[in-house]
Amino acid sequence: MDAVATYALRLGDDSLILGQRLSEWCGHAPALEVDLSLANVALDQIGQATHFLNLAGELEGKGRDGDALAFRRDVMDFTNCLLVEQPNGDFAQTIARQFLFSHYQELLFTALMASKNATIAAIAAKAVKETAYHAVLASDWVVRLGDGTDESKARMIAGLDWMWRFADELFAMDDVDAAAIKAGVGIDKAALRSSWDTRIDAVLAEATLMRPASRRPVLGGRVGRHSEHLGHLLTEMQFLQRAYPGATW
Amino acid sequence: MYTTDLSGKGKGKAEKAVAEDPALVAAFEARVASDEFIEPKDWMPEAYRKTLVRQMSQHAHSEIVGMLPEGNWITRAPNLRRKAILLAKVQDEAGHGLYLYSAAETLGTSRDEMTEALLSGKAKYSTIFNYPTLTWADIGAIGWLVDGAAIMNQVPLQRTSYGPYARAMVRICKEESFHQRQGYEIMMHLADGTDAQKRMAQDALNRWWWPSLMMFGPPDDKSPNTEQSMRWRIKRDTNDELRQKFVDITVPQAEAIGLTVPDDKLVWNEERGAYDFGEVDWEEFYAVVKGEGPVAKERMQARVKAWEDGEWVRDAARVHAEKRAAAKLAAE
Repeated sequence: MDAVATYALRLGDDSLILGQRLSEWCGHAPALEVDLSLANVALDQIGQATHFLNLAGELEGKGRDGDALAFRRDVMDFTNCLLVEQPNGDFAQTIARQFLFSHYQELLFTALMASKNATIAAIAAKAVKETAYHAVLASDWVVRLGDGTDESKARMIAGLDWMWRFADELFAMDDVDAAAIKAGVGIDKAALRSSWDTRIDAVLAEATLMRPASRRPVLGGRVGRHSEHLGHLLTEMQFLQRAYPGATW
Repeated sequence: MYTTDLSGKGKGKAEKAVAEDPALVAAFEARVASDEFIEPKDWMPEAYRKTLVRQMSQHAHSEIVGMLPEGNWITRAPNLRRKAILLAKVQDEAGHGLYLYSAAETLGTSRDEMTEALLSGKAKYSTIFNYPTLTWADIGAIGWLVDGAAIMNQVPLQRTSYGPYARAMVRICKEESFHQRQGYEIMMHLADGTDAQKRMAQDALNRWWWPSLMMFGPPDDKSPNTEQSMRWRIKRDTNDELRQKFVDITVPQAEAIGLTVPDDKLVWNEERGAYDFGEVDWEEFYAVVKGEGPVAKERMQARVKAWEDGEWVRDAARVHAEKRAAAKLAAE
């Protein structure tokens, strides 16, 4: 895959893996309203994934569509960031992941609306409205849990602590990003960082929470070096396609 | 989805014993008989209120428990399109639960009270959800048969006498009709697929057929509440009438995609213009109603776990809202 196709693939993988994770909550959330909202976010992510992965397949030009990319690659070929593959944990951990990611994704899609790749620009324009809602939803919960009971505060702190080491990867740049920027397709993710920090800090302050201490970032997702969790997620997600090769559904 | 009235026998008699003003009762009965809607603030007999709370909460619980067998396959859906559709469908069921709980709350019972009744085992939900979803074809079979049976039951409820219930059913029926078609479409695809997929589809039909027929409830001669419920327009057709209608519509659908309905006694009766079919295993039905379904324990365990694990979240939301309200008051 060339850099632009890989760029689309990364966008698609982030959405796919997060959508898959969120869909694990369906039927098991703390309240009916929460079940509905998490399913909404999951649906948006699966929709984005479908568009981006289909585009990646087209750009690659080897006859793979979104499904082939989603269901017939192994861990080392997945390019999602490590944050989105993290286990749901308790509700606070899920919210911490969503909070960090949705603010990033909203800023990212806002910038990508100016992409010279018309499909990426169109997907971003549609998806930015969705992610703006995800960011508000997650932020509201960070505030509720952070400034709720002693237990919810402790859990919110633990959730953020789990996810924080994966935040830097969201803004990390490499050769693929550089080539995509050169082609007018991609954007400078590092430049999103200060806006992201401002948003995150404002919500944490309202939630009466401290920003977790900086630490050595864990990186590698973009080049297929994942956590142990991803293999299990793929095993479950890809089961039917693996068990019945060549069947259509 | 849907639940039949699974309450025990004899409860109606105790309820009737409450003394109520005969003039009010007569006026109420007349309104219902002329197909007027009864609204939350209208006077209604206590037995009507209780029957409705029971039926609507059972219906709501069925939607919520019904999320579990299908939710079991969201993470394993075979492609992105199917995953999105299934997720949206199960989300619809959560939405149905929400409308129904809200409609039932207009009768003076809170959602938390209804939930506690479900989790303590006091309240019932549809027996169908106590069967397991073993393969992807079960997702097709549930949409096609279970939602198909649900529609059969629910369409008449759009004209049920209690206004909030009837209005909730209008929206629910639209969505269920989509669910039924998506289920049948999954089955069509499987039945037209590889040998392994055909086998999967037939196996799912074999396992879900009889439990689907049970969804209409006990036979009419053993359905103690039917008569009063029909008089009150809470119910508009008998269990056996609806069951027959379901069989007549569904058998040709199975034939159209080359699947065989697992009933040796199934035969078209020219004279009746309807299918004759075998006897449902009512012993199994009553056992499942009593909580002896194959995965009844798993279903309740999942609901109890979600409720208990979520308690700190609900507490936090409540405490935070109280803090906000207090701060707002102090600022004024």
